Amino acid sequence: MATAAPIRAGWRLKQPSVIPGFGLTLGFTLTYFSLIILIPLIALMLRAAGIGPAGFWAAATDPRVLASLRTSFTTALIAASINVVFGTLIAWVLVRYRFPGRRVFDAIVDLPFALPTAVAGIALTAIYAPSGSIGALFAPLGIRIAYTPIGIVIAMVFIGLPFVVRTVQPILEEVSREIEEASATLGANRFQTITRVILPGLAPAILTGFALAFARAVGEYGSVIFIAGNIPFVSEIAPLLIVIRLEEFNYTGAAVIATVMLSISFLMLLFINLVQAWSRKRYGYGN
Amino acid sequence: MQVSVKNVRKEFDRFPALHDVSLDIVSGELIALLGPSGSGKTTLLRLIAGLEYPTSGAIYFGDEDASHKSVQERNVGFVFQHYALFRHMTILENVSFGLKVRPRETRPAAAEIRRKALELLDLVQLSGLEKRYPNQLSGGQRQRVALARALAIEPRVLLLDEPFGALDAQVRRELRKWLREIHDRTGHTTVFVTHDQEEALELSDRLCVMSQGRIEQVGTPDDVYDRPASPFVFGFIGESSELPATVENGEFWVDGRAIGVAATDQAPGKGKLYFRPHDVDLVEADAALAGVVAGHRRVGGTRRVELSVGGDHRKVELDLPFDHPAGEKTRLAFRPRRWRFFPEAV
Repeated sequence: MATAAPIRAGWRLKQPSVIPGFGLTLGFTLTYFSLIILIPLIALMLRAAGIGPAGFWAAATDPRVLASLRTSFTTALIAASINVVFGTLIAWVLVRYRFPGRRVFDAIVDLPFALPTAVAGIALTAIYAPSGSIGALFAPLGIRIAYTPIGIVIAMVFIGLPFVVRTVQPILEEVSREIEEASATLGANRFQTITRVILPGLAPAILTGFALAFARAVGEYGSVIFIAGNIPFVSEIAPLLIVIRLEEFNYTGAAVIATVMLSISFLMLLFINLVQAWSRKRYGYGN
Repeated sequence: MQVSVKNVRKEFDRFPALHDVSLDIVSGELIALLGPSGSGKTTLLRLIAGLEYPTSGAIYFGDEDASHKSVQERNVGFVFQHYALFRHMTILENVSFGLKVRPRETRPAAAEIRRKALELLDLVQLSGLEKRYPNQLSGGQRQRVALARALAIEPRVLLLDEPFGALDAQVRRELRKWLREIHDRTGHTTVFVTHDQEEALELSDRLCVMSQGRIEQVGTPDDVYDRPASPFVFGFIGESSELPATVENGEFWVDGRAIGVAATDQAPGKGKLYFRPHDVDLVEADAALAGVVAGHRRVGGTRRVELSVGGDHRKVELDLPFDHPAGEKTRLAFRPRRWRFFPEAV
């Protein structure tokens, strides 16, 4: 019996493939990724690490820094959660119903992408300030919206909404009518069909939308600073504190806050991505 | 459960999909709705299910008018062409879904639901796969899960919309046989839609042949194959050839020549003569149809000869045993042994 040519065992960088250009595209991707994302972020972290562990710890646990981080992440989580509910609802309306002006409505959803965030912030402030048209309705009830964390949440909801709508919409379009009809023939009423069949099917898309809206909200600066009032320990967000540190020429202090934000955000996004990968493997979404 | 469709008409955006269709489905039978795309067969199935409502007419389940009942109230099992399984649920959860969503008063206990679902998975030969997700099964397995899911609610009628349409030929044949067995075992009144005449002939007790929103013929496979009621049915079911012919003096005439076939019980006049490739006799006589061999190919155990007949070279197909000496000839004369004559509409 003739021996077959020995097959090289072990891990190989490149699987044989008929699709050409692996080396070229991977090289380009890595270069690009490094220039745009990795090198700046590494420089940032090196800068922050420059003050040594003790200095880093002191700067990161400064009460004002902690308060601003808490404000940033809690408001961003609340805003992303609100966006998940209403973004999914908007996606549902846009996909499922045909009404006059649907296309226009559909286009308006993207406006927060395009509008300069400062403009959005000023517009929201004008409306939600105690003297503004909506703020005036709440003022007699003793509820202040602008210049409080509530205002921050509203600005973050505004800028994060398109992310949820645009991730859920295509998946919702894909959920075939047949799935709903199957649920109905099995005796499920509309409520059961939505809660047991449609929403669980949309969960991965909703989670992606949540992650994007959350990430965007955490990093948001322009719109929030106008409506937040920026009171230290109350409504001061971490990105603003970074700018304040920069204005004080405390570049290292700014880099420390940025590094902490980066780490928390990275861990949260990584977790969400792992959940996604797990659900894709299990349910076969996306293939 | 006997199902009666009475004078049902269905329009989509004022475009009629069904014209005045009536059909009685006998309790316990397996009936096929057969027709080309756009014949209205799927629309009829969906109307029975309650996924569409008729523009006019009524649908009875037994003696009860179900026309305005919702799909949930009708309690029908529906199997979709593309399975429509719930991807985020395991196979067991898929099958038990219909029982779990029942209102509390009629919902069986959790252990009972599980027992029943496992029993159904056993019936569809998928025991041991209950923890898998639909994504991890093959097409044939998914369709069997879909059937188990539909059976779980103890449906009054089982409706299948092109159930084997998305599967490859081998699996189709297997599932066909298997569906027949399941039907014989459970005895559900079953309606299935197909465009595959072979599948319909093999599987069903009765066929309902549809075309352009109308029922052309309802009957047993033998009825429909041997006594087609219309030129459409003759052409759609099985192989066929047609020739323009005239009835005169109790005989058929083609191209001004008598072909030696007695036109029993036919009124004189023009029309079309239909016959099947395997229902012909080769003859040496003058009074016969004759044509020039235009080509032949091997089809299974027979040789199919294409003849060009008459001045305007009409194509006619004949089946000969593959080793028949006439297969070598360039000119053949034949007479249809069994035929149908459809007079021209006046």
